[in-house]
Amino acid sequence: MVKVEKLTKKFGANTAVDSIDFEVQKGEIVGFLGPNGAGKSTTMKMLAGFLPPTSGTAEVAGCDVFTDSLRAREHIGYMPENVPLYTDMRVSEFLRYRASLKGVPGRRLRERISDVLELCGLEDVEKKMISRLSKGYRQRVGLADAMVHEPDLLILDEPTIGLDPNQIRLVRDLIRNLRRHHTILISTHILPEVEMLCSRVIIINKGRIEALDTPQNLRARLGQEGHVLFDARVPDARVAAAELRKLEGVQTVSIRNDGPWSIFKIQCTPGHDPRETIYQFAVEKSWPVRELSRPPVSLEQVFAEVTNGEEL
Amino acid sequence: MGRFFILFRREVASTFHQPIAYVVLFFFLVITGFNFHAGITMLNNGRGTTTVVEAFFNTMYFWFPFLLVFPFTTMRVFAEESKMGTIETLMTAPVRDSQVVLAKYAGALFFYLVLWAPSLLYFVTFQTITGMNAAGAAGSYIGAYSILIMMGMLYTSIGCLASALTDNQIVAAMISFASILTLFFLGLLSFIMPATGSILREVTYYFSPIEHMVDFSRGIVDSRPLVFYISSTLLVLFATLHVFQYRRWKS
Repeated sequence: MVKVEKLTKKFGANTAVDSIDFEVQKGEIVGFLGPNGAGKSTTMKMLAGFLPPTSGTAEVAGCDVFTDSLRAREHIGYMPENVPLYTDMRVSEFLRYRASLKGVPGRRLRERISDVLELCGLEDVEKKMISRLSKGYRQRVGLADAMVHEPDLLILDEPTIGLDPNQIRLVRDLIRNLRRHHTILISTHILPEVEMLCSRVIIINKGRIEALDTPQNLRARLGQEGHVLFDARVPDARVAAAELRKLEGVQTVSIRNDGPWSIFKIQCTPGHDPRETIYQFAVEKSWPVRELSRPPVSLEQVFAEVTNGEEL
Repeated sequence: MGRFFILFRREVASTFHQPIAYVVLFFFLVITGFNFHAGITMLNNGRGTTTVVEAFFNTMYFWFPFLLVFPFTTMRVFAEESKMGTIETLMTAPVRDSQVVLAKYAGALFFYLVLWAPSLLYFVTFQTITGMNAAGAAGSYIGAYSILIMMGMLYTSIGCLASALTDNQIVAAMISFASILTLFFLGLLSFIMPATGSILREVTYYFSPIEHMVDFSRGIVDSRPLVFYISSTLLVLFATLHVFQYRRWKS
C-alpha cells in the first residue's frame, strides 16, 4: 500500500527527514512515533503530496506521490495536525464540499456524507457552524473529511492531540473501527496509544528511523535485558546485595530502602531469568519476601532507549 | 473543469459568508451612487459637454472606489488559507495548483463584477425617467464596461499575487494597494508630460487607465489596451501560480 524509498527532505541546511525507507501493507495500522521535530509531520506531508521531497520516492497504492500526484491523492485521506477546517461552513455543507472536491460522484454524495456523519458521531451537529464546535467535534469533522471519499490509506497526524481523556477514547475507538476498511498511518507521541492501536511501530528521531517493528517485538527486544524487582527484609542490605550479585544470571544490583524493607533492582544477564534462583536463595537465608517480579518493559522504555532518553 | 467549478463556488460562498463583503458593497454603492448624482448635476448645470456615461466613468469619484476596492476583494484569497492551514487539506485533495489559483482568481473577479453590476441600473433608471439617452451610442456602454472588466482583471490578478505572497491579509492588502496605485499614477504621467510627441508620453499611454477610460467610454474600442490588459493579467496569474507553489514547497 505504501512504499517509501530513501525519502529525504531538507529545509535549507536543515535535514528534517533523512533517507528513510519503509513499507506498509494493506490493512495495517502503523504508528509513527517520535519526539517533536523528529520529522513525523514532514514525512506525512510528503506522503500526502503536500510537500515535495528533496530526494527519494514514495508510492501509495501503486501511484508515485510526486510524479502521479493527483491519482495518488485520490487514494489518500489526510488529516493534518491541528485539523484546519473552514469555520464559516456548516458540518454537512463542509463535508459535501470536500467530498465533491475529492471526486465522490453526485449520486453517492448523500450516502457517503450520512455514512461518515454516523461513523464519526456527528449527526447531532450536522447543521452547526464549524466555528461553534468544540475541539473534540472538530477533530471528528477532520476525520470525517479524511475518509469521506473512501481512501485506501488514511494519514492522521496526531489525531488525539489536545483532547480530553474521554474524547481521546472516542477518537481511538473510531480509528480502531476504521481498520477494517482502511490502511492507517498515524503519528503520535502518546505511547499507550500506539500499543493499543498499531500493528507496527516506526520510531523516528532526528529524521531517521530508529526502530521498525511490532510493539510486542520491540518490547521483547528490550525485555531480554530487563530487570527483576526483589523486595525483602534482610539483616544487612549491602551484604545481601553482594551475595545476590554472585548468583547466576545476575549482572548488577542496586538497593533502595523502604523502612525495614530493602528493594533490590536486579539487572539480569540477557536470556536469563534468575527469579527461581533468587527465591531459593531467599528461602535458604529465610528472608521474608514481599515482592519478586519482573516488570514488563513498556514501549516508553523502548522509546527512551532508541531516542537516547530524549524528552517526549 | 468540474473541480474548478466546485472550487469557484466555494470561493464565492466564502466571500459572501463574511460580513465585510456587505460592508464593502454598501459603501461602494453609496460612493458610485453619489458619483452618478454628481455627474447628472454637473450636466444639468450645463457645465459639461459629455454624455452621462462619460460623466460617470471619468471622475475622481469613479476612480476612488475603483482603485480602493481591489485590496478588499483579493486580500483573503490565499493569505487566509495559508494562515488557517486549510491550504494543507485543500492541496492534498486531488486538485491541480492551477485549478486552485484560477478558481480563487475567478472568485475575486466575480465579487468585483457583483460590485459594479448595479451601476448598469443607474443608466436604465436615467433613461426611463428622462426619456433621454445616457450614452451617445451603444458602443459607449460596451466600451466603458469592457475596459472596466479588463482593468478589473488585471488589478484583481495583482491583488491575488499580493495575497499569495503572505499569510497576513493586511500585508496582502497593503502590497496590492501600493502596486495598484503605483501603476495608476504611472499612467498619470501622460497628463504631466508637456510635449505630445515625447516617447515617454506615448509609452505611458499604454498603461494609463484614465486615458483608456476616456476613449472607451466614448465608444472607441481600441485593441491595444485590450492586449495590454489580457497579456499582463496572464503574466501576473502565472507569477501567482509560481509564488503559490514556491511558498508551499519551501514551507
